[in-house]
Amino acid sequence: MATSPKLDAKIPDGPLETKWTKYRSTVPLVNPANKRKLDIIVIGTGLAGASAAATLAELGYSVKAFCFQDSARRAHSIAAQGGINAAKNYQNDGDSTFRLFYDTIKGGDYRAREGNVYRLAEVSSGIIDQCVAQGVPFAREYGGLLSNRSFGGTQVQRTFYAAGQTGQQLLLGAYSGLQRQVGLGTVRMYTRHEMLDVVVIDGKCRGIIARNLITGELERHSAHAVLLCSGGYGNVFYLSTNAMGSNVTAAWKAHKKGAFFGNPCFTQIHPTCIPVSGDHQSKLTLMSESLRNDGRIWVPKKQNDTRPANQIPEEERDYYLERRYPAFGNLVPRDIASRAAKERCDAGYGVGTSKMAVYLDYAAAIDRYGKGEVNKLNLHDATPEKIVELGKAVVKEKYGNLFDMYQQITGEDPYEVPMRIYPAVHYTMGGLWVDYNLMTNVPGLYALGEANFSDHGANRLGASALMQGLADGYFVIPYTIGAYLANEIRTTHISTEQAAFVEAENKVKERIAKLLTIKGKTSPEVFHKRLGKIMWDKCGMARNAEGLKEAIKEIQALKKEFWADVKVLGDADEFNPELDKAGRVADFIELGELMCTDALSRNESCGGHFREEYQTEEGEAMRNDENYMFVSAWEHKGESQWELHKEDLIYDNIKIAQRSYK
Amino acid sequence: MEGNMNLTLKVWRQKNKKTAGKIETYQLTGISPDMSFLEMFDVLNEQLINEGQQPIAFDHDCREGICGMCSMYINGRPHGPKDAVTTCQLHMRSFSDGDTIVVEPWRAKAFPIIKDLVVDRSAFDRIQAAGGYISVNTGNAQDANSLPIAKDAADEAFSAAACIGCGACVAACKNASAMLFVSAKVSQLSLLPQGQPERTMRAERMVAQMDEEGFGACTNTGACSAECPKEISLEHIARLNREYLGAKVSSDKV
Repeated sequence: MATSPKLDAKIPDGPLETKWTKYRSTVPLVNPANKRKLDIIVIGTGLAGASAAATLAELGYSVKAFCFQDSARRAHSIAAQGGINAAKNYQNDGDSTFRLFYDTIKGGDYRAREGNVYRLAEVSSGIIDQCVAQGVPFAREYGGLLSNRSFGGTQVQRTFYAAGQTGQQLLLGAYSGLQRQVGLGTVRMYTRHEMLDVVVIDGKCRGIIARNLITGELERHSAHAVLLCSGGYGNVFYLSTNAMGSNVTAAWKAHKKGAFFGNPCFTQIHPTCIPVSGDHQSKLTLMSESLRNDGRIWVPKKQNDTRPANQIPEEERDYYLERRYPAFGNLVPRDIASRAAKERCDAGYGVGTSKMAVYLDYAAAIDRYGKGEVNKLNLHDATPEKIVELGKAVVKEKYGNLFDMYQQITGEDPYEVPMRIYPAVHYTMGGLWVDYNLMTNVPGLYALGEANFSDHGANRLGASALMQGLADGYFVIPYTIGAYLANEIRTTHISTEQAAFVEAENKVKERIAKLLTIKGKTSPEVFHKRLGKIMWDKCGMARNAEGLKEAIKEIQALKKEFWADVKVLGDADEFNPELDKAGRVADFIELGELMCTDALSRNESCGGHFREEYQTEEGEAMRNDENYMFVSAWEHKGESQWELHKEDLIYDNIKIAQRSYK
Repeated sequence: MEGNMNLTLKVWRQKNKKTAGKIETYQLTGISPDMSFLEMFDVLNEQLINEGQQPIAFDHDCREGICGMCSMYINGRPHGPKDAVTTCQLHMRSFSDGDTIVVEPWRAKAFPIIKDLVVDRSAFDRIQAAGGYISVNTGNAQDANSLPIAKDAADEAFSAAACIGCGACVAACKNASAMLFVSAKVSQLSLLPQGQPERTMRAERMVAQMDEEGFGACTNTGACSAECPKEISLEHIARLNREYLGAKVSSDKV
């Protein structure tokens, strides 16, 4: 096996520990006078996009930033709850850059690049410094120093957090940096704009076509580099923890213009979400992984047990994660926790009316914290009620907003009864293939954050998405973009009157016109739901060859039906969310087919990709390192046609082993 | 049909900012109490599409109460009848079978209507750009723990920073004042040591931009805080007033 000549990852030579520092000091620079003349477009204003746009503008580049929401501050990074990892070792518990690197590679089931992941671990601690300097109010101890908590797949406490709203606080920090540049005139901000194509001229990305979502006007924007920071594609499943507007369109347009899609089938199913309550459901809500710090997950030992949770005695409860994985217990990585929940529910031990849920129980934590408080307060004769009261107060401080959210959605009080949870689609490790510089195979076109494939392998560890988004935007792209732009200083202003811009705009216009003239009977929403069902049933938590083959056929049929029967009301030249949605669903349908194709071609189980044919006797994922230790990078070749390119994964610093959390 | 609630909805419809709008009435049946308010709107929109009518445009994104995009004025209250929840987290169990529900957009001169229930809140972005930040370029930061911050101050800054920028405070205020929004950001940064160097300038600039955007004056009625889905406290407005006054007294920039 050898890496395809089309995939040059450009990992710098030399020992792992010095690759980045050495590279950083030798990467070509652009002088300040030239930076002003170079235009950079940033698509998306989540953690990756906002941090990249702000930082590049600080450096002197001329930046345009786009988001489809009404403000840059609303990007879906805002909903991240639990925290952000960094190898600060403030807790003195044995953390280090190498350990964060190792945990991430292992957590990703040995399907991520060593070079990229080590760099991520290396820059992680600077992120915390930067965020604190911006005024991000992280949780603190009484001594005034930063507090940490644990997350899945690790045995150290390296997660920084701001209650259950860490993503919000980090994004608002990055957004404030971005707005500062907007105020200074170095970033031009385009809200309620959607990117609908990239423009490639002589093999280089030279700009985009965007649609003003208020007026419907199509706009041409040229640039020397385009950065896609457009997030993940979990909404291909219809129901996910993503925001309603999260979509694959920007990445998909880039893919169809030549950018390879890496590991599309690597999807993360998050173990702790509020279960589906009915057909009306439009999205799923995550209950942060941080809850697994203190909560204990269990199901009854008896099948189809209909007793309420608090009437099931301790000895009749099966704390199945603690039983199966004593070393990590409730803090096993997400893919493992999700599959274990599915296994129990499929075997008939599920709880709640749907029986597709398990309990996440805080009673033990409330008791433990209550006793701790009693000691602190010197209350020697505290009643059990007082202990519970004090314990609840501690839990409220740590997780209050999550508990409130649970109560609001389900109508049940999680301080009194255990929460019911079930896995749901949450994150996509796959994304556009990028090299060490975060550039796709199309020169001048970059992908950052969740939109790229690079750091999480086949499974992402909790609190690492925020880390990666900000690492890419604050500390990686500002350096690596120089490698390309240093050679672009002679490219003066790029005219949008060129044929490639005109042609791209016309194609976009035609597609919009087509969507509006089909005038069928079925709304985009209904097509989206049907796609989601195919994907969840056949390309979800467990997959098999037969199901994937069926799914591909069903998706192809759905695509035909969509383009014959979709019903989009309204016009092209007005604010028309139905039209926006129709375009996004059409792209999701095409992506769904590629995901199934990818899942079918990977004859092994690894991380979030669980092929039922490939499992150990204990039901754990069985990798096939001999034949599949590579990144799948798919080249679009025409309708329903792709060519697979492989990038070998080479591990020089880590011993490959079967992943074990027992 | 999943439930048995029947409702009458009276919803503001307006094609765009140039045309006049009016309230339209719709009947809905089979609503489940477990639906969120926006899921009920999804059902209504699907029904409208099937009848060949334009669906109602409304802003929404995360649907878990944190992005700040959803913005419905329900039965005379921003985000509806329950305290401390956004529209997207309001559930139909908070209503009764047979109810008539009136839904309007945020009403404020500084928030012009784009379509139906969708308004333009970009004024908030411009206020933020005027001074809602700490001027620290990437790469300048010192080690995070070299700056201890008392837990109480950090917690108070966090409670201000929890603002989601939805604009309910403006919609709730009889003067359409944006003081609660502005004060939350000014307060957060003035409570932290990192925010000190730009403290006076920040208060002055953000208030000046707020006035320029056409938001009304604050008359301390407190509706903003009472209706805030994140329960941002009036205390922050008091702090902003102190900051602003202090800035004006000591300012050399007037």
